[in-house]
Amino acid sequence: MSDALLIAEGLHKAYGETVALDGADLVVHAGEIVSVMGPSGSGKSTLLHCAAGLTRPDGGDVVYDGRVVSALDDGERSALRRREFGFVFQFGQLVPELTALENVALPLRLDGMRRRPAERRATALLERLELAEKARSRPGQLSGGQHQRVAVARALVAGPKVIFADEPTGALDSVAGERVMELLTTAAVEAGAAVVLVTHDARIAAYADRGIVVRDGRCAR
Amino acid sequence: MTIATAFLALLESRPRHGYDLKHAYDQHFGHDRPLHYGQVYTTLAKLLRTGLVTVDGVEAGGGPERKRYAVTEAGVTDVQRWLDEPESPQQYLQSDLYAKVIGALLTGRSATAVLDAQREEHLAAMRELTRRKRGGDLADRLICDHALFHLDADLRWLEHTATQLDALAAAVRA
Ligand SMILES: Nc1ncnc2c1ncn2[C@@H]1O[C@H](COP(=O)(O)OP(=O)(O)OP(=O)(O)O)[C@@H](O)[C@H]1O
Ligand SMILES: [Mg+2]
Repeated sequence: MSDALLIAEGLHKAYGETVALDGADLVVHAGEIVSVMGPSGSGKSTLLHCAAGLTRPDGGDVVYDGRVVSALDDGERSALRRREFGFVFQFGQLVPELTALENVALPLRLDGMRRRPAERRATALLERLELAEKARSRPGQLSGGQHQRVAVARALVAGPKVIFADEPTGALDSVAGERVMELLTTAAVEAGAAVVLVTHDARIAAYADRGIVVRDGRCAR
Repeated sequence: MTIATAFLALLESRPRHGYDLKHAYDQHFGHDRPLHYGQVYTTLAKLLRTGLVTVDGVEAGGGPERKRYAVTEAGVTDVQRWLDEPESPQQYLQSDLYAKVIGALLTGRSATAVLDAQREEHLAAMRELTRRKRGGDLADRLICDHALFHLDADLRWLEHTATQLDALAAAVRA
């Protein structure tokens, strides 16, 4: 396998008395899909947040493409997230007042791209997620599965190297969830993006190339 | 389900030649294990002998492959009996996985290691089935899904058992 794109090593994180991470590791190679499973409260989301530079770990290192993420200042970290990473969460990530198309184009617009080219790219991604006919709909008019596919399109629009997905199908039934996974993994592979997929559902994790299990803030096996 | 029962169901849908039976069987029932022609004709011979199937017509040229077979009334009754009888859920009460956990606890070995290794094996199988399913037609998808749902159920049991090991160890060693 190619060299690691992202290495998180020996991560520690405590919230007051609660130890969320106790020496957790995560390695992501370019273009691969890695599932992260484990019981509720085991530290999966915290691991994802630390690896993605959303949360600063108390100890351990995150190295992305040769850069030590923990050594970056807040501005640099947020630029890294915007340019290199995409995010999909369980719910509530689309702006309710914007159309699906505007939501997908938003990361490009925030990065200073003009409306026309941004919406052209957004349209192409909506098509890839089989949502062309929903471009003008607002989030409130979409089904749960369509909502998540818009979120996937938005996560991919800026050409990220890694998509971090935390329970992206957690609020969906199994048919809609699998549809999201099929489209997410196909689009990510086409775009050459790696995916870190946090899920408690083995059927969803089975869309990954390999998986890790987190238990009590550490990686099992 | 036996090959004979599958043949009866296929013949109830319409009379068929042996060749056609084999292909319909492979498509709907066989999947990974296509039938040999030998199995086709021994099964048909048995069904003829027991009166569940008759020869419905013979085309010119002779030879067993020219015969067309049809189901009899007794054969239809057999199909009905097969469908009326639910499959036994007993198989899930005889768990080899549970036996291994007990084996580990009895001998003072790590039951967690047994569960972890099994989880890894199950997840790998699920990834493989998911790949197969994505490349497949509706029949493939449903067959893979059947296996996936069962493996998923096993995994839940593994997770559940992992949380009960201390209590189980105490009970086993008592
Ligand atoms: N912001 C926070 N403040 C306080 N405690 C937190 C915070 N985030 C996480 N924790 C605690 O850290 C531990 C790990 O939480 P985390 O969200 O990483 O678990 P998880 O594996 O993602 O669980 P779930 O499957 O339920 O989403 C838990 O005990 C949780 O209560
Ligand atoms: Mg979580």
